[in-house]
Amino acid sequence: MSPISRGFRRKREAAPAGRVPPGQYVTKDFPVLSAGPTPHTPLSEWSFSIAGGREPKMWTWEQFRSLPSENLTTDIHCVTRWSKLDTTWQGVSLDVLLAAVEYDARYVLAFSDGGYTTNLPVADLLGGKAWVAFEYGGGPLGAEHGGPARLLVPHLYFWKSAKWVRGLRLRDTDEPGFWENYGYHMYGDPWREQRYAGD
Amino acid sequence: MAGTAVRGRLTWQTATVGLVTDETPKVRTLRLEVPDWPGHEAGQHVDIRLTADDGYQAERAYSIASAPGEPLAITVERLDDGEVSPYLTQEAQPGDQFEVRGPIGGYFVWEAGTGGPLLLAAGGSGVVPLRAILRYRSLAGSSAPVRLLYSSRSWEDVIYSSELDLPADGVKVIHTLTRSQPPMWHGYARRVDIRMLAEVAWPTAERPLAYVCGPTSFVESVATGLVGLGYPAGRVKTERFGATGQ
Repeated sequence: MSPISRGFRRKREAAPAGRVPPGQYVTKDFPVLSAGPTPHTPLSEWSFSIAGGREPKMWTWEQFRSLPSENLTTDIHCVTRWSKLDTTWQGVSLDVLLAAVEYDARYVLAFSDGGYTTNLPVADLLGGKAWVAFEYGGGPLGAEHGGPARLLVPHLYFWKSAKWVRGLRLRDTDEPGFWENYGYHMYGDPWREQRYAGD
Repeated sequence: MAGTAVRGRLTWQTATVGLVTDETPKVRTLRLEVPDWPGHEAGQHVDIRLTADDGYQAERAYSIASAPGEPLAITVERLDDGEVSPYLTQEAQPGDQFEVRGPIGGYFVWEAGTGGPLLLAAGGSGVVPLRAILRYRSLAGSSAPVRLLYSSRSWEDVIYSSELDLPADGVKVIHTLTRSQPPMWHGYARRVDIRMLAEVAWPTAERPLAYVCGPTSFVESVATGLVGLGYPAGRVKTERFGATGQ
């Protein structure tokens, strides 16, 4: 039973019912959270690769951008408690990217410029649930928000949507990534408030 | 990398407000009495949960202001359109209760064994976790050399000013006041830029470790500047807060 905080009352408007996971509030800003300096990799040096399948696969920026892409509108939920509604993105579906490799792994470790990593089940990347996004709000994705391209897995807390993503390592076991090593949840479902290990 | 966070379940615990200290007109430090607080490292944060009498709850994260070994304390800046920070900075009094859980975060931390030299760069209330590092350095008897570059709007907005006026041996505090300066001010009077960083930051040959905390624009410019001066990206740890209206 939570103690009453004397004199505290709601000041924010309630979010539309069922729209915002527990413990979250809606913001119109797009806050930036990262653990280190923002990398600036030239597109000429950028690539996206998938390792750990039968054959490694790699796309240059031009090859990646020539893949079929989708426009989508989705809500995003950060573990620091902000949610942002109706964000618009363009990206390449992970269905397209993973279809280019043969594998039987059940997990991936996404890796990024700057050394960031995060772990996800393959099942959460398939079926129209995940993208490598390169446009946000109708323009190129800014570097501070993960550009030139970031993972976009909106049904999980946003730390799973790795900024500056450069590829996936397919793995048989679920190995923790960067924040997961520091006590954040291995899966990170916002609707079950899986913020930290043990939640 | 080795994770340092506790892997066990983090449970909500009742915190009772103890000593309250106004740091500036908009910033207050609250000491929190938490009977089963497991302890924390310098640089970590806590989650706070407030409960209204109608059951409405709001959660936010705040940096820990106290050193490991000291009672838990947070320092909160009031955001006028916020929901939690006006309560914590204006309403809460000694004896009031809410919930905390933590400590959280194991990356933006400093341990005495890590050594230095340290470059700490703070924008506004981003000084809070860096103050925890400074206090811990003293308590731990560390002699790691430290430079704190601290950007505030005006002298009245400087948090922990009396503490920072009397730094420990080996600690140098460099202020910059970006909007207004007191008469006879001889210090920096502009936003942190690459020239200021080149003057203040430890040379890369000394293998410094940098901790940068503040609003996004501050952290972006400082972290990018340090990388430009040759700091390896892995030696620049950042903690940002956007204008999230908390």
